[in-house]
Amino acid sequence: MSIRVLRPGLLTTVQDQGRHGFQRVGLCPGGAMDPVALALANALVGNPPHEAALEITVIGPELLFEQDTLVAVCGAEFQGSFPHNRPVLAPAGTRFNVGRATRGARAYIAVAGGFAVDPVLGSRSTYLPGHFGGFEGRALKHGDVLPLRDGAAHQRFNSLKKTRDGTVKWSAPPLTLPDREPILVHVIEGQHFASFDSNSQRAFFDTVWRVAPDSNRMGFRLSGPPLGRPQGDEILSGPTCLGSVQVPPSGVPIALMADHQTTGGYPRIAEIASADVARLAQLAPGGKVHFARCSLEIAGELRRDARARLESALRGIAWEYQRK
Amino acid sequence: MAKTRPLGVIPLGDSAAYVEFSTTLDLEVNSVVQRLALVILKRKVPWIRDVVPALGGVALHFDPDNAEFPAQPLEAALEIVNDSLKQGLAAKDDPGREVELPVCYEPQFALDLAEVAKKADLSPEEVIRRHAAGEYRVLMMGFAPGHAYMGGLDAKLAVPRRASPRAIVPAGSVAIANEQTVVYPYAISGGWNVIGRTPMVLFDASRPRPSLLWPGDRVRFRAITREEFLALQKNP
Repeated sequence: MSIRVLRPGLLTTVQDQGRHGFQRVGLCPGGAMDPVALALANALVGNPPHEAALEITVIGPELLFEQDTLVAVCGAEFQGSFPHNRPVLAPAGTRFNVGRATRGARAYIAVAGGFAVDPVLGSRSTYLPGHFGGFEGRALKHGDVLPLRDGAAHQRFNSLKKTRDGTVKWSAPPLTLPDREPILVHVIEGQHFASFDSNSQRAFFDTVWRVAPDSNRMGFRLSGPPLGRPQGDEILSGPTCLGSVQVPPSGVPIALMADHQTTGGYPRIAEIASADVARLAQLAPGGKVHFARCSLEIAGELRRDARARLESALRGIAWEYQRK
Repeated sequence: MAKTRPLGVIPLGDSAAYVEFSTTLDLEVNSVVQRLALVILKRKVPWIRDVVPALGGVALHFDPDNAEFPAQPLEAALEIVNDSLKQGLAAKDDPGREVELPVCYEPQFALDLAEVAKKADLSPEEVIRRHAAGEYRVLMMGFAPGHAYMGGLDAKLAVPRRASPRAIVPAGSVAIANEQTVVYPYAISGGWNVIGRTPMVLFDASRPRPSLLWPGDRVRFRAITREEFLALQKNP
């Protein structure tokens, strides 16, 4: 059982919900940039939420399904003749041709059963800087043959109630896609916020930032007015986190994303509310964001709300699988 | 040690917290942080999935979806730290793990040795002798998987970082800057002064313990010849 890569797309990697427990030796959790979309994609094909899927970025791949495959695409909207956010039974020989992203930047292609790649340190996520995990520790290339586990595609698809033409017409809600830009991302003040001068503090919240072209899975560089250097002594290197916003001497803020460094010596002006990191991950280079200050309590509420929305969507999908 | 108390707890967003003990590098404080991190790890708190000892404190990374995740995680994190301190840490002179790293200091690998010698006003041989004579501690890991910041560098060798970082520092490069020494696990960009290279693989995800060095480890460097380097590289 396999999928053949006819065209790899801009950056297509195998990702799951990440590997935890190794940050003390400098290894970040990594995993899907938009774990919400990944969980939905998995649910749509009857997989558990932590199963690995293909993360596609801005320009999608062309894939050849070598057997009947139950597949779902969730996250950003891409050009192509396949439906988003619902399970599709693609017959053997289907060429799954994914074009450019038209809204959002990243989507997940989940297949029933998941990809038959070995977990490394407890995860199937590709960690590009370390060349391990996922499929041979790298982004997909032309000619790759991705092995699949048997996902009982027909059995799963048959358990769904369908319309007269044999397809599924309901769809999962796109929980992380921006309706319009700039997107609003909540942050709490970072450890070193107070050491930035008031102009920089104000500029950070007043500016509509653009995701710079040299952004990647490690971090998003934000173009806008350069921020001034913080006053006071050089700071002691310390821990960082997914969503930390660092300001290096260039004054160009960097939001740390999935494959971030686990420690850093740059002052952190802000920390992004965890509920909003996946939404930021849906911005392509050039995408616009502005930041709104919130309290830690509000950030916690946003996280619980986002979690509740995801769980409700997952329950809805699970119900479709049981209803017939 | 009983005197060491956290300065405060700083939220790293809503999913992690940094319990800070010092805003400057203090080896005594770091030693407490290392032993504290081990006690916290042993408690196996279900909603804490990463415990990261850093230079001046310990970071706790949460699993907010865990059923036991508390409503007030900062307070709960601080309580865990304070309980762990009360419970007692391992003795300070606990030898811990000791790791010996073979290092070839020959010119082919010691890209910045001449410049370091000049800045430190020592002969290159004396730089090597002092570096290899030191006993180091892993104070923090970060920058890249397996990349350890080690304290204990001879004060005479405390030279600043290179003015312009190298685009690629070869994997295994042993480098110094300020009062620390590091070993680059991969070929990556970096600004530290390279004075040697180890043939050992610092991080290998396929090993059960992927990292050669761990926080708190005691590290010694053993000078080896180029021939030994090549032999070890083939057959570690």
